[in-house]
Amino acid sequence: MKTFKGRVVVPGTCTAEALVSHGGFNTLASFQHSLMFNDKEAKCGDQNNKDIYNKPMAGKALCLPQTIGSTTGGMVLYCANAMGRSPACLLFAHPIDSLAAAGAILSDVWTDTPMPTVDSLGEEFLAAVSTGDKIRVEEDGVVTIL
Amino acid sequence: MRKFTGNDGKKSCADLPVSPVFSFAYKKTIYIWCFAEKFVAITAFFVIIKSVITKLNLCNERIDFMPDYKMELTPEQQAILNGSKGDTMAKVMKTLVMYGETFGATKMVPVTSKMGHLVTSFGLGVMKPVYELMDKLIDAKCISGQQFSVDPKPLDPNVPANPIEKLIFKKFMYSAQKQYDAQLSKLGIVSDSAYTCACYLDEVGNTPAKGEVLSWAESSAVVYANSVLGARCNRNSGIIELFGSIVGYVPYFGLLTDEGRKATWVVEIKTSKTPEAQILGSAIGMKVMEEVPYVKGLDKWLGNDLNDDVKAYLKDFGAATASNGAVGLYHIDGLTPEAVEMGEKLIAEGAQTYVIDDAELDRVKKSYPVIWKDENAKPKLCFVGCPHLTYSQLIDWTEKVERGLEAEGRTKVAIPTVFTSAPAVVEKFNKTSYAARLKATGVILSYICPLMYMNNPLCGKKPVITNSNKLRTYTSSRYYTNEEILKYITKGAVM
Repeated sequence: MKTFKGRVVVPGTCTAEALVSHGGFNTLASFQHSLMFNDKEAKCGDQNNKDIYNKPMAGKALCLPQTIGSTTGGMVLYCANAMGRSPACLLFAHPIDSLAAAGAILSDVWTDTPMPTVDSLGEEFLAAVSTGDKIRVEEDGVVTIL
Repeated sequence: MRKFTGNDGKKSCADLPVSPVFSFAYKKTIYIWCFAEKFVAITAFFVIIKSVITKLNLCNERIDFMPDYKMELTPEQQAILNGSKGDTMAKVMKTLVMYGETFGATKMVPVTSKMGHLVTSFGLGVMKPVYELMDKLIDAKCISGQQFSVDPKPLDPNVPANPIEKLIFKKFMYSAQKQYDAQLSKLGIVSDSAYTCACYLDEVGNTPAKGEVLSWAESSAVVYANSVLGARCNRNSGIIELFGSIVGYVPYFGLLTDEGRKATWVVEIKTSKTPEAQILGSAIGMKVMEEVPYVKGLDKWLGNDLNDDVKAYLKDFGAATASNGAVGLYHIDGLTPEAVEMGEKLIAEGAQTYVIDDAELDRVKKSYPVIWKDENAKPKLCFVGCPHLTYSQLIDWTEKVERGLEAEGRTKVAIPTVFTSAPAVVEKFNKTSYAARLKATGVILSYICPLMYMNNPLCGKKPVITNSNKLRTYTSSRYYTNEEILKYITKGAVM
């Protein structure tokens, strides 16, 4: 069991299975296909992201360095959340980027299903976590790999 | 003589003619009573204050749980946050405050540009929550305080598409287009022809002045406005930029601040000729990601005059830095306004260095993956103009295509080719003799967003070529330099 402490961007608790992207997470490329074809599991559609391509994202603890790609990213994340297709929580190794922050905050303020979001967990977090690990997120930004 | 006084000053006790034990007990009782009374009064005071605050916030129950924000808000901003302009506006402000606090913003500053610009131009039927949110804003009369332009439309009947693609576009993908266009009209779009990613072009009229604060999101427009025009705007997300235009304020952090505009990378250009804008931007974007580069040695090739040709070069260069990386601002030594004004004072202490020569540009170009099913497939479509072409670029491309066709002994382009530009630029171009000349070559001139067109899932199987590194990054299209594209469309092959 390993524990990491990050900064809380959107508070909340959750326990979920990890989905780890070691490269930048392209929000639009990842969600576009699943939103368009009503894929409830939200399988990742970004062919350039070998770590998570074609893996379900809905309900997972998405572990990532930061998001990349189109500035529609925050809106897409909000949309995925409002449609019940988003990850359960977002766990960033680096300080959060403005697009992901927008998505997390829009989900928090405008939906009833906020995604707990923690950033600045450090490179060592991404090195320690593997897809499939069970993750616990606490209100104070403590993230535990169970 | 000791005196104990309650908080109303009326309850007091002085020396009393009783036994020492009783006197001690009595005095202690009175002391505790007076203390308890003070405690109760103070507690009651805070309970009343809290209930008043709670009542004021009853309009938005989630604001009751709002954390203590560190950002200093003006009384007007605080009132909006507390619901003075209704629940929906309070939530708009709350979103911006949370967004700003995440990045250490100390305050909200007024949006000072004349116009806004929105990145979301598409009515994707599946993005229902976004359009529901727009309806909420419209119903609550939370419309933009400034008029705005919007990114290009995703559909144009003039652009080639087979019947299946047309069906997918209209019935499945952009089925909410009419509904969304109507929402944009209510929210504050400046006109029906204000759909372009290059809103800053003179013909469009949304050209911010140096130092103006913007609430934009389109990455290629943000990087152009910051770098070439010297305006101030963060790389916002869609919806956030609309919220800034609605409430009239944006959080003060990042590229809005002097400190945030300092370069943390120095890029030294050591090429043997003018670097291809789209590859140079790509190389820098991939290296510096979201940081600010200060580019030295490019003025050797571009000169020191921000004329139309140079601006067009920087438009394409910037779009590549923003899409291949996440650059929101660059400085070009001796050319862009802040670099001309402040020079190397813009370089932050400890900035890293990246040297770019011919070999590095070649390495970057060769690193682009080809994700066509058949790498050797003959291209079926070519897009030029992502971001939208300027007027001078349209003229230049028209002349080049004519010359290329003549050299090849052809009259029409060898591959279906679409040039894209802003509706206002297209209108200006169509008034010149160049319009007929371009049409004669077979090139289609459109206002479409090539990116939105390529989002069609069938395009994954379609060999599309482009001179846009942004389009390459976000779609399955294949990148070629301007010269290669010209050969392809006039000859049918690069060789």
